[in-house]
Amino acid sequence: MKNLRLIIKREFNSRVRNKSFIVMTILSPLILVGMIFLVVYLSGLNSEEVRTVAVLDETQLFVKAFDDTENLKFKQLTDIDLEAAKTISETSEYHGLLYIPKTQDLTQLDKNIQFFIEGSPSVSTIQSIERRLNSNLTNLKLENDGVDLVKIETSKTNVDIKIENYQGEQTSKMSSWIKAIFGGAAGYLLMMFIIIYGNMVMRSVIEEKTNRIIEIIISSVKPYHLMMGKIIGTSLAGVTQFLIWVVLGGILMVIATSVFGLNLEPSTMPSQEMMDQANASGMQAVLYDIARLPIATLIISFLIFFIGGYFLYSSIYAAIGAAVDNETDTQQFMFPIIIPLMLAMYVGFFAVIENPHGSVAVIFSHIPLTSPIVMLMRIPFGVPWWEILISMLLLFATFALVVWFAAKIYRVGILMYGKKPTYKELYKWLKY
Amino acid sequence: MSNILVANQVTKNYGNFTALNSISIEVPTGSIFGLLGPNGAGKTTFIRIINQITMPDSGTVFLDGEALQPHHIQQIGYLPEERGLYKSMKVGEQALYLAQLKGLSKSQAKQRLKYWFDRLDIGNWWDKKIEELSKGMAQKVQFIVTVLHEPKLLIFDEPFSGFDPVNANLIKDEILELRNQGATIIFSTHRMESVEELCDHIALINNANKVLDGKVTDIKKTYKSNTFEVGLKTNDPETLKNELTQKFQVTPATFKSLDEDLKLKIKIDSNANPNELINYLITKAQINHFVEVIPSVNDIFIQTVSNS
Repeated sequence: MKNLRLIIKREFNSRVRNKSFIVMTILSPLILVGMIFLVVYLSGLNSEEVRTVAVLDETQLFVKAFDDTENLKFKQLTDIDLEAAKTISETSEYHGLLYIPKTQDLTQLDKNIQFFIEGSPSVSTIQSIERRLNSNLTNLKLENDGVDLVKIETSKTNVDIKIENYQGEQTSKMSSWIKAIFGGAAGYLLMMFIIIYGNMVMRSVIEEKTNRIIEIIISSVKPYHLMMGKIIGTSLAGVTQFLIWVVLGGILMVIATSVFGLNLEPSTMPSQEMMDQANASGMQAVLYDIARLPIATLIISFLIFFIGGYFLYSSIYAAIGAAVDNETDTQQFMFPIIIPLMLAMYVGFFAVIENPHGSVAVIFSHIPLTSPIVMLMRIPFGVPWWEILISMLLLFATFALVVWFAAKIYRVGILMYGKKPTYKELYKWLKY
Repeated sequence: MSNILVANQVTKNYGNFTALNSISIEVPTGSIFGLLGPNGAGKTTFIRIINQITMPDSGTVFLDGEALQPHHIQQIGYLPEERGLYKSMKVGEQALYLAQLKGLSKSQAKQRLKYWFDRLDIGNWWDKKIEELSKGMAQKVQFIVTVLHEPKLLIFDEPFSGFDPVNANLIKDEILELRNQGATIIFSTHRMESVEELCDHIALINNANKVLDGKVTDIKKTYKSNTFEVGLKTNDPETLKNELTQKFQVTPATFKSLDEDLKLKIKIDSNANPNELINYLITKAQINHFVEVIPSVNDIFIQTVSNS
């Protein structure tokens, strides 16, 4: 046990003192925050740019349609022909020229409007213009048919269904999205962690093999202890890095928002549609939804599934590291790791979000190689505790089994040099 | 004399390949024991079994009369043939780590490391990284780590590889010093001259089988061919040679002498007394050189391996 502690300490230190670890740990939150700022800043830039569009409206029907907004201004051209308008638009460096040809038949007009521009127009500008034209043209047609526009305006309704559960708790329409985002983030984080730190374990095993220090070490400690020490030590380094990120990222965000007074809310809202839903009371409901997520269950489950899942995969990584002589040979053994991880992510993003308690989601949240990720994604939607427990038990039972196999391959593999192992070879090692 | 290490019918198979076939070896306490054999004979497997790195399929190894147990590891120091250190770790830190794995406390390890670093004149390397050291320098660190926990059984697999002659000599002296302090040394090497020089007992393994073992002098006695190298001063070497050829088995010999002697190897019957040969030769010529041909370990090695 004392040796295990020594190994864990050494592995932890050698990870944490590594230059790339320090750089990654400090730079990652900076890069992340920097990127968020960049996005916010750029979208701000984008909206600050004022575009002027020249309008040649030969029908004179749309004069009222083009009132200036903050970012989009309109210049009405009158009493000139199209060629002259084009020249003016080009020489005045307008964003473009909107041409509405003279017509007798309003029904034909929608097909004949043109927009001239150097290069390609911004989608939002075109959409904005189209929206104006649509509503104006519709109104014009309605008026022509003798419909009273005022009546139409007053008869417009906007139903906003209030969603409550039977206990009377209100919930927002975004509830499912929030759950999916939280679950997805947890699952994705777990996957990244498994891949990054599993790889570290593997590389460290290969390093000991190529360094040839391995025989010196295992003449003092059991290979099993060395393997476990490596896995645990590396995982502690990972947890440390993660905690530093959380703290550092939090501090940076607080500083950034308070110093620059930036309102980061728009960037956290994924789409315009959601923005519309999140009116004042909607926003409250969202916060309420987040607060009502099974946060405690999620955190505890994350830790347990992280430990189980990470250990399960790391022992496979360690066995692979022991089986090969250098990193290029590891490719052929990567399938058993990457396939279930990818599968878990796909199941998570397609099956779980669509139907969190459907049979696909339930089955994959119990299969040990995929369960950590899939179950984490399901938990925000509310999973009965016994289901989580069964999934955890299965995971840890598999972990025990896999570690046993991995230790056998590891024990033989670390002393094998010069052989490019095949799966058949590995099977033979199990029997040594 | 008691035996520190006894291997009793140790067998190890890797799949269909037999690495060790019922090997029994006794290593006397306080000896320098040469474990010899061609490449792939099974030496490393045997050493790994002693170190409990691999387990034998059958048979038992006893250390000081006890069947091997995990705690025995602290009484064994092992310098493997394939050795290395963590490249990016500092020398001192690394040595401390390895010493602690062998059961030393941190302060104890530090104290002994200071002693050994000064003794091998590498005291100023403590904060250097291994990748900054030459191969021979790293070997010194490894040697220290092997002996630091003062094991009673030391196993060196090709200990002199990578050392220049000066440092090889230094290490050899340290090994002898350790033996004088009471340690038993198992020594696996292909360099027969160092076996000749250091070992008092040997065992020879070939193709997973032990083909020879015992005290070096005893083995040499059984392998001696009752052949004597003689240098004779005579006026008529041709006649003398013919005369001798009729009486004994005679082959030409080469050795250094001051005179233009007749140099011969003469084989006598195994029960004959060399004095009879001398008495006979005295009557024929002046004897400048008379010495028994002692088989070298190298000869014995080659002879046994090619015979079996």
